Amino acid sequence: MALELPENVIVTQLDSLANWCRKNSLWPMPFATACCGIELMATGASRHDLARFGAEVFRFSPRQCDLMIVAGRVVMKMLPVLQRIWQQMHEPKWCISMGACASTGGVFDTYSVVQGIDRFIPVDMYVPGCPPRPEQLIQGIIDLQDKIQREGTLEGSEFNTRHRQERKRALVELPILGQTPIFR
Amino acid sequence: MSNLHRILPELQKFDPALRSDEFRGQDRVWLSASTLGLSMQCLRDRLGFDLLVDVTCVDYLNYRNASDRFGLVYLLANTQSSQRLTVRVGLNEPELSVPSVVSLWAGADWMEREVWDMFGIRFEGHPDLRRILLPEEFSAHPLRKDYPLQGCGERHNFPVLTRSQA
Ligand code: SF4
Repeated sequence: MALELPENVIVTQLDSLANWCRKNSLWPMPFATACCGIELMATGASRHDLARFGAEVFRFSPRQCDLMIVAGRVVMKMLPVLQRIWQQMHEPKWCISMGACASTGGVFDTYSVVQGIDRFIPVDMYVPGCPPRPEQLIQGIIDLQDKIQREGTLEGSEFNTRHRQERKRALVELPILGQTPIFR
Repeated sequence: MSNLHRILPELQKFDPALRSDEFRGQDRVWLSASTLGLSMQCLRDRLGFDLLVDVTCVDYLNYRNASDRFGLVYLLANTQSSQRLTVRVGLNEPELSVPSVVSLWAGADWMEREVWDMFGIRFEGHPDLRRILLPEEFSAHPLRKDYPLQGCGERHNFPVLTRSQA
């Protein structure tokens, strides 16, 4: 049966509509702890203009954000803060790990620097570089938008799949909480 | 120009066997932990060293020709005459404690806390000797040479958040 649609009416799925809205209004939470933060600011400024991708509304309250951009190294004193801010953000939420330090600890293989935030919070997109150019960060955001459009669901069930749930990286080579005596 | 000729007679009242030298125009004296309090008081009140520039420490573990494990360093300055003086105190385990100079220079407060945090040297009489940089529950003193660079696992001692917990 052919359905006659009035002019300017499109039929789509509710999921795609939700994804389309979400991906084009990402509100970043700038968790900028080091030099990558400067590049993050440049990305938001007029020359690179993140507004072209709908992600220019940097908010400093986690309650208003749905994209955490971790830009810079995270030390052991900062990690509980990072986790708390991540928990305070509303679902659906995404996380970009920007730069070598946030992703792996970078050159700072020392006692105080966390060797990759993905060991302790979920990360959706990694942006390599030291620091990444704004173009690279923008590419990361575009890729994330792509991912949201492809995988997203209205009720967020894509986050419950196994590969989104499991830790991104095996903690085998590291002492694990509760199993290794940590403090001498 | 060295000012040791002016400083030394005053300090030798407390410690006659005082060691001192001049290195590239910088005056240095070595004090012992037992006479540190009186000597510092004298340096501030009688010799005019009214500014404590820095308090820091060096770990000489495995250092060639080192006589002491730790070398505590106080950098003093006289803002009237622009003189400077380096005061050094050698310390060895287990007596890692010196009198605090917070009562003489209030600025020593955080600097002594940092030395306690990083090297584990106690400053007796400090009003609030807590760690300043590292978390309270940290138990090591990481700038000591026998502490491994990558730590003892403290940086991995956190709960892991997954999607369902957040
Ligand atoms: S990745 Fe490079 S630019 Fe970014 S925080 Fe680390 S050292 Fe700085």
